[in-house]
Amino acid sequence: MKWLFTIAWLLLAGTGAFCTPPRMPHFRFENFTTANGLPNDHVFAVLVDGDRIWAGTDNGLALYENHAWKVYTTADGLAHRAVISLALDKRTGDVWAGTMGGLSRISGGRIDSFTQLNSGLSNDVVYGISIEGENVWIATAAGACRLNLQTNQWSLYNERNTPMVEIWSYSVSATPAKVYFGIWGSGVLEYDQKTAQWDKYDDPDGENEMVLFKDQGLIHEIVTSVSYVDNVLWAATYFGDSHYDGRYWHNFLVKDSGLPSNFTNQVKGVDANRAWFSTDKGLAYYDGVNWAVYRPSLKDGKPEMTVRDAEGRVTSIPVTTAPAHNYILGIDFQGDDIWVATAKGLSHGIRQRE
Amino acid sequence: MTGRNHIGTPVRALAGAALFAATSLTLAFFTVALGSGPTARAGEKAPSTEKVNYASPLELLLSPDGSRLYVLCQESEEIRVLDARSSAVIKTIAVGRVPRGFSLSPDGARLFVTNSWDDTLSVIDTARLEVVATWQVGAEPSSVIEDRQGRQLFVANRISSDVAVLDANTGAEEKRLLAGRGASYLTLTPDGTKLYATHVYPNPSAYRTAPESEITVIDVRRAVVVDRMPLHAIAGVFHTSFSGDGRLGVVAEYHPKNLVTLAHLEHGGAFEDTITVFGEDVGKPVEVPLDELERYASQPFGVAIAPDKSRIYVTSGGSETVTVIDAARLLRFIHAHPAPFVQDLSASANYVVTRIAVGSNPRGLTLSKDGRRLFVANRLDDTISVIDTRTDKVAATINLEGPDTISTLRHGEQTFYTSRYSFQGQIGCASCHIDSTFDGLTWNLEPDGFGRSIVDNKMLEGVKDTEPYKWTGTNPNIPTECGPRTEKYFWRSEQYDNRTLTDLSVYVRSLVPRPNRFHPAESELTPAQERGKAIFERAVDKFKRPIAELNRCSYCHSGPKGTSQKIFDVGTRNPTDNTGLLKAPMLTGIALTAPYLHDGSARSLEEIWTVYNPNDRHGRTNDLTKDELNDLIEYLRTR
Repeated sequence: MKWLFTIAWLLLAGTGAFCTPPRMPHFRFENFTTANGLPNDHVFAVLVDGDRIWAGTDNGLALYENHAWKVYTTADGLAHRAVISLALDKRTGDVWAGTMGGLSRISGGRIDSFTQLNSGLSNDVVYGISIEGENVWIATAAGACRLNLQTNQWSLYNERNTPMVEIWSYSVSATPAKVYFGIWGSGVLEYDQKTAQWDKYDDPDGENEMVLFKDQGLIHEIVTSVSYVDNVLWAATYFGDSHYDGRYWHNFLVKDSGLPSNFTNQVKGVDANRAWFSTDKGLAYYDGVNWAVYRPSLKDGKPEMTVRDAEGRVTSIPVTTAPAHNYILGIDFQGDDIWVATAKGLSHGIRQRE
Repeated sequence: MTGRNHIGTPVRALAGAALFAATSLTLAFFTVALGSGPTARAGEKAPSTEKVNYASPLELLLSPDGSRLYVLCQESEEIRVLDARSSAVIKTIAVGRVPRGFSLSPDGARLFVTNSWDDTLSVIDTARLEVVATWQVGAEPSSVIEDRQGRQLFVANRISSDVAVLDANTGAEEKRLLAGRGASYLTLTPDGTKLYATHVYPNPSAYRTAPESEITVIDVRRAVVVDRMPLHAIAGVFHTSFSGDGRLGVVAEYHPKNLVTLAHLEHGGAFEDTITVFGEDVGKPVEVPLDELERYASQPFGVAIAPDKSRIYVTSGGSETVTVIDAARLLRFIHAHPAPFVQDLSASANYVVTRIAVGSNPRGLTLSKDGRRLFVANRLDDTISVIDTRTDKVAATINLEGPDTISTLRHGEQTFYTSRYSFQGQIGCASCHIDSTFDGLTWNLEPDGFGRSIVDNKMLEGVKDTEPYKWTGTNPNIPTECGPRTEKYFWRSEQYDNRTLTDLSVYVRSLVPRPNRFHPAESELTPAQERGKAIFERAVDKFKRPIAELNRCSYCHSGPKGTSQKIFDVGTRNPTDNTGLLKAPMLTGIALTAPYLHDGSARSLEEIWTVYNPNDRHGRTNDLTKDELNDLIEYLRTR
């Protein structure tokens, strides 16, 4: 009989039934809504600034500090009530807010706003901001632009001076070496700061939704988010996500990864191997091998965490909390904690011992 | 006037008479020899050719041991090092162009000097009394402070309106912090933890609303802005000083009345001269007047607080006085009465002890360590008044050995800065033209009618040969602008004599534009500026249609200063304007002088065209893309 048990054990082990799921971060989520101080439940963007948390909402810019919310509105000088992007100038502590009606700089409590009428800003709908040195790089609904803070000069980038085919710029990630733009319908644009030359990355399959050859190039032309970390580009689209190390592309789709959805609003790289994905079906974390998804269950809304290992085995992890909503719009990091912008509230993921 | 031995009041009167005679005799010569261009006007004297090198002391510092007095001499562009007791000159050290601010390192070993016109910082070794380094810094550096640890330098840049953070050993710029518009003066708190930055032009605000200024508070260790103390209705903020215990702060400032019609000067009708006091001794910051009901402390600038916190001293450049305030009485008054105080000029009787007459255009001041001696730099006298603080009298006047004569230019400049000609001494030209520039405000002048014809105050630099003057071009020349108009509508008081008006006009004509940071001398235009220049000069629009002459930028804004000196209607007339006919303003220094248009309704250059040019009457611009409009603005900033 012994040999029969041994064979059965080996067969079960082969299926992974006795495998311990990979160690992935666990969180206890505390959620903020209008019920506890947020000006609006639609949170488009979140930004961690030390002990302070900034939340861009549909009705103002909220600052969480010392366990209380303070809200900045147009009455305070904010360009528009709907704040859809945020960036921190780590050197000065200034916060830049992209809104549906212009760009605002929050500095020491003072708000200065730039619009397409009162400044060189290319368009009032500011989807993305990235600060690099003295330059503020901006992605707008009518092209990209750069504001030099020392000279106050605006430089505009559009179909007339870049390979941009569409000008609907959704995201920007700037470093001293390279600046990447995610363009809706025009792939990824790369600007080399040293040579001032542009390059462009497109979906090799064109604008159709088919993937003829996996990992051949950018997964799709409709790029919603870019994140350039450790010389690696992470790109999110509404049809899957991409990782590019300067030589090879690697793409992620629901069918062959742990992504909960191909519809990705934001990707934020931790380093060359790890990234967080904000999708319409939950928050996903990729550690270079394994995946974790955090969300209210799509079936019954109960808190859910699943882990997918390299072999595709999915394990459900018992949890009692989840982000405020499945529709995730953004994430930022506060040490080991995460802050998550969702369509129905802001969530603070407090890291737990795994 | 103090008793300067060779240019005291009696001497000046004689010199004035002599110069007047000389001026009268030579006027015809100047008109022919120097004013022969097409813009020369009868009655307007061309600039004097005499070049007299005055020192123009602006700021003062005492060495930590009190033995040396450092004098920043703006016009001679040098630092004079005096023996603080004997006043003997120890050394004169040349620095950069138009120095404006200086400070000592905490140990006194290094003296840092900001050179506002060549954008450099001179580092002086105080043991060798030599410039040991000259570092390139931001646009128009105006003051500098080193932190207590000697790690970082903070430099206030007037043009870029920021505070740069530099490595104190190398001068390498690490970052810039957003300050108020026209950032100029820095003060470290006594514990060295905070830096307070003030600014001379108001921050942008909505059209015809009260000016808003601030004190930018910087955390020194982190080098970030942590607070902005609002200064409501203030435009023009100068030096700040703290008591030794750090519990009392005082800042000198202008409080303009630009929202009401300038119809009278009684009771501070045009300006109040105030300080805002703040800190733990005060509670919520409070603005209090320096003025009395019929006497003004015009153009407050420098502030010092006695070591024992008994007295506050404030220089007033226009009134040529030092106001002495009893600090304890001031605090008692503030705590016993409900604010606001600023509308009540009788309030100052509760805390102003005396006003000490000093020299022409007193600016910086510094107290000896024991508080017994107060040194005051009289910028346009080349003297330093030494006040005995026990008697509140000028005990001595240090003569910086300037020229014996008062040149036409110097007399004109003195006239420009003094407030003595206006009713009760309330305002001078420099009240609205800060440091001979502008003030960033819009005004309503009574002669045009109450509530009629709001006007933006214009920059004076480069104004020579751009007549006619006024926005409507109704003043044919500078003597008319500075003479009858000013006397009648602004001063409501004493008229200038002929010589004074001539000298004032010569001074105003002598104001040359500061270096253009957007197009440095000898540099090529950038590609964006070149593209903008082509738009500025174009005669055909993007649809290949010819642009009528009157609709070309380069037609109305022709010539080296960007004005054809002609009258046009560009469609910017507001219901409150008496006319839409306006003289094409010059473009010189236009990047610096927001707001724009005759009434200041355009908050930025962009708004001139994005908001106020719907029908292409102010140039053909509505065919331009946004990046093309940006290019045009890039070019304009080079003018």
